[in-house]
Amino acid sequence: MARTDGTHLDDLRDGYRDGQTSDGQSSDGQPPAPPTRPAAAGGAAPLAPLEFLRYCWRQLTSMRTALFLLMLLAVAAVPGSTFPQENNNPSGVATWIADHPTAGPWVERLQGFHVYSSAWFSAIYLLLFISLVGCVLPRARVHLAALRARPPRTPTRLSRLPEHAEAEVAASPEQTLEAARAALRKRRFRLDVHAEAGGGSVAAERGHHRETGNLLFHLSLVGLLLAVAAGSLFSYSGQRLVTVGSGLVGTVGSWDSFSGGVWASADDVPPFSLTLDRMDVAFEAQQTTQIGEPRQFAADVSISDAPGEPVRKETIKVNHPAELDGTQISLSGNGYAPVITYRDGSGAVVKSGPVPFLPQTANYDSTGVVKLPDATDAAGEPVQVGLRGVFLPSATVDASGTPVSGFPDLANPLLIMVAFTGDLGLDDGVAQNVYELDDSRLTQVSDGEGRPFAIRLVPGQSLELPDGLGTVTFDSVERFASFDVRHTPGQREALVFALLAATGLILSLFVPRRRVWVRVRAVDGDPGASRLEVAGLARGNDAGLREEVEGVLAAVQAATAGAAAGSVPVRDDGEREHVDAGTGRTPEEGS
Amino acid sequence: MSIDENIAGLSNVLLYSAMTAYLGSMIGYAADLADGGKEIRSAGARREAAAAAAGGSPVLTKTRPEAPPRRRRAAAVGTSLFVLAALLHVGSVVARGVSVHRVPWGNMYEFALTGTCVVAIAYLIAVVRARRAGLGGGRDVRYLGLFVTAPVLATLGIALRTFYVDAAQLVPALDSYWLIIHVFVAILATALSTIGFSAVVLQLVQERREKRRAAGGDVRGGAFMDALPASVELERTAFRLQAVGFVMWTFTLIAGAVWAQVAWNRYWNWDSKEVWTFIIWVVYACYLHARSTRGWDGRRAAYLACLAFGCILFNYLVVNIFFPGLHSYAGV
Repeated sequence: MARTDGTHLDDLRDGYRDGQTSDGQSSDGQPPAPPTRPAAAGGAAPLAPLEFLRYCWRQLTSMRTALFLLMLLAVAAVPGSTFPQENNNPSGVATWIADHPTAGPWVERLQGFHVYSSAWFSAIYLLLFISLVGCVLPRARVHLAALRARPPRTPTRLSRLPEHAEAEVAASPEQTLEAARAALRKRRFRLDVHAEAGGGSVAAERGHHRETGNLLFHLSLVGLLLAVAAGSLFSYSGQRLVTVGSGLVGTVGSWDSFSGGVWASADDVPPFSLTLDRMDVAFEAQQTTQIGEPRQFAADVSISDAPGEPVRKETIKVNHPAELDGTQISLSGNGYAPVITYRDGSGAVVKSGPVPFLPQTANYDSTGVVKLPDATDAAGEPVQVGLRGVFLPSATVDASGTPVSGFPDLANPLLIMVAFTGDLGLDDGVAQNVYELDDSRLTQVSDGEGRPFAIRLVPGQSLELPDGLGTVTFDSVERFASFDVRHTPGQREALVFALLAATGLILSLFVPRRRVWVRVRAVDGDPGASRLEVAGLARGNDAGLREEVEGVLAAVQAATAGAAAGSVPVRDDGEREHVDAGTGRTPEEGS
Repeated sequence: MSIDENIAGLSNVLLYSAMTAYLGSMIGYAADLADGGKEIRSAGARREAAAAAAGGSPVLTKTRPEAPPRRRRAAAVGTSLFVLAALLHVGSVVARGVSVHRVPWGNMYEFALTGTCVVAIAYLIAVVRARRAGLGGGRDVRYLGLFVTAPVLATLGIALRTFYVDAAQLVPALDSYWLIIHVFVAILATALSTIGFSAVVLQLVQERREKRRAAGGDVRGGAFMDALPASVELERTAFRLQAVGFVMWTFTLIAGAVWAQVAWNRYWNWDSKEVWTFIIWVVYACYLHARSTRGWDGRRAAYLACLAFGCILFNYLVVNIFFPGLHSYAGV
């Protein structure tokens, strides 16, 4: 694909490119290597260590390497979407390893379950950013110089430039030159006026902020990375499931889970307290195609920032978290907590209260367990009892006769459980999942005919377990809410850098970098007329260059047509004026 | 608020009408391209014959002769029908929004409906701008007409067939004003990338024809390609579209991160949809860099643009449906 418009222009164009070393993304960012560099290409001679390092650095900061690393980054990001990730789906990871006994350990060894913090992913993006910095900093230095540079001298033969237009105007060369200067100034060009024999020329350039935008974009990406990295060091998050009527306090020990960055600790959590007053949940009940779709999740809470501080009422909804001095509390889930009372064989109430059952399906088929380690049976012997089962908010049966929930709201609540006795394993000192029952040392309670004893209860019902194990009562149903408490510093900085990057990107893509030259020459024998030439050169593809050149020509023609009768407009701003009696040769062409 | 079923029905009727009009428009544009190809061929043949008659050797200085000014009646019919179709399409989108009292991009069907509408409007703006600028010949963007109507029709067909859901209220997770911003920017980005992809494909085909012709070979079939601009021009058009698309993807990511902070309590969670949008962004960044890396010509960069569009399709069609993640409530 030819991006240059004619071979005879290549020299001029390359001079343009390498003289500045800075197109949107075009050059490879190196200040042009001086051709006199003691060519390491001196043959097969081994490179000195320093020379070798320099070679490596030059390779790393080259555009090709950056492009390769960028592609590698895209490829390396893919496995994170195909394998479950520990940071957002830990149970998925466990399931995957269980389902793939051969591949599982390998994926784990290759850090495939935490791709985005893996050594190889980190290596790619760190190399990419080092390459980026190594590329951008020299360019920034060059660009600072370019910002102060004057437009290059007017070439001798403007007709050789990619865009060229000329006309004869009825005004003196001075008037025409002044009109050209004014027209270019109006178009926000930086310009120099050169006096030449029999007229003069204007050299003008604009669009330096294309490179400014480019540098801003890349440096902002570095800033964004630093903000994200710093944020992850100091961030923490915790989760807690709260049933209606109970609360959540800023003491990490009471939470279901807590994880923090390297420099975050449990002491950073503000000493807040929160009480869940009401959980408002609504599902689509009208429309047949959308039936059961969630419509509203809202938790009415009372929050106090610290003990003794005033209590305020708030509603935490999805998309509407509560803010606590840089810490955000959001609603991450909800479900049902059947209120269960258990009286043991001696008649004593061992447990009475809501037990959260975790929803497994869109219709809230929920599973849960009740662990009762301190019961006494009818004979007065200590016994450990475990209950495991499902809660169905709107019980019905599916085609195979299995009880399922047909709707997520409470239409026909039903609790179905089985009972176990034996060792619950709570005395081992090993932390247990409160939502799972380890039945390895438990025996299932049977109904005397070899079948598991089934507990089926609707609210208000009680059932006596066999073998004098006591009575289970299903009193009512409460709701619970899961809260996610999270502190992520550096968010604002990350957003600012992201927006700066976007601004830089827009500048670097859409600000055209153009040079325009205007030459005015006197017409022999007619002091009131002059010959006008306008030419343009752009960096890269620039569809607007022709319009720019033609626009300048038209503006000068219009101005001289009006001004020819009047006087020369007074200059109002001080531009540099070069008096040049020579031929007006440019360095490019003169050498 | 309840759903207005009548207006929702009206939206569907308008969409069917729009699709009929798009079909007519597509036929018009196809006929125009066929005419154009034929005409250019016969003009070339005439010129050769004239040159041969004059006794000189038939020297073709240009591989592509200047498009002779002709009245493109079929293209005019195509554009008229396209305007009608776009109006009906806009009506359908508005009716859908009115019936559900919210912005009409709450699920995959609505995303496709609104996204194709944006593609159609973007194309019309390009046509009007080209006409106002008085750009004739190769710069007339109506050559893209067939390549806009065809994907629009295909997308609408797939959306109606596979993703259609009745008008409904939003699930709470989507009930945020960020839906308006984030998803709309994503729609714009997808639309621009789609048009850009059309231009890239045309560029690649045109380039191959030019190369074969330059090598003295014969190019058979696809005469309509001769009615299109040269590959250099197509490459520029594609680049401009992709560049704007890339900016839109950037804003999609930023707006998505801001919304994620509000909705999920963290601005970046490596959710599968986030990962794939990030991949799209990186591949487009590769395209923009490759395009201006020495040693990478427009052709190789164009393959990257195709890859990026493949990622977009994958993100919309595969990730939404088959990958579990926080975005999967979007509803089929």
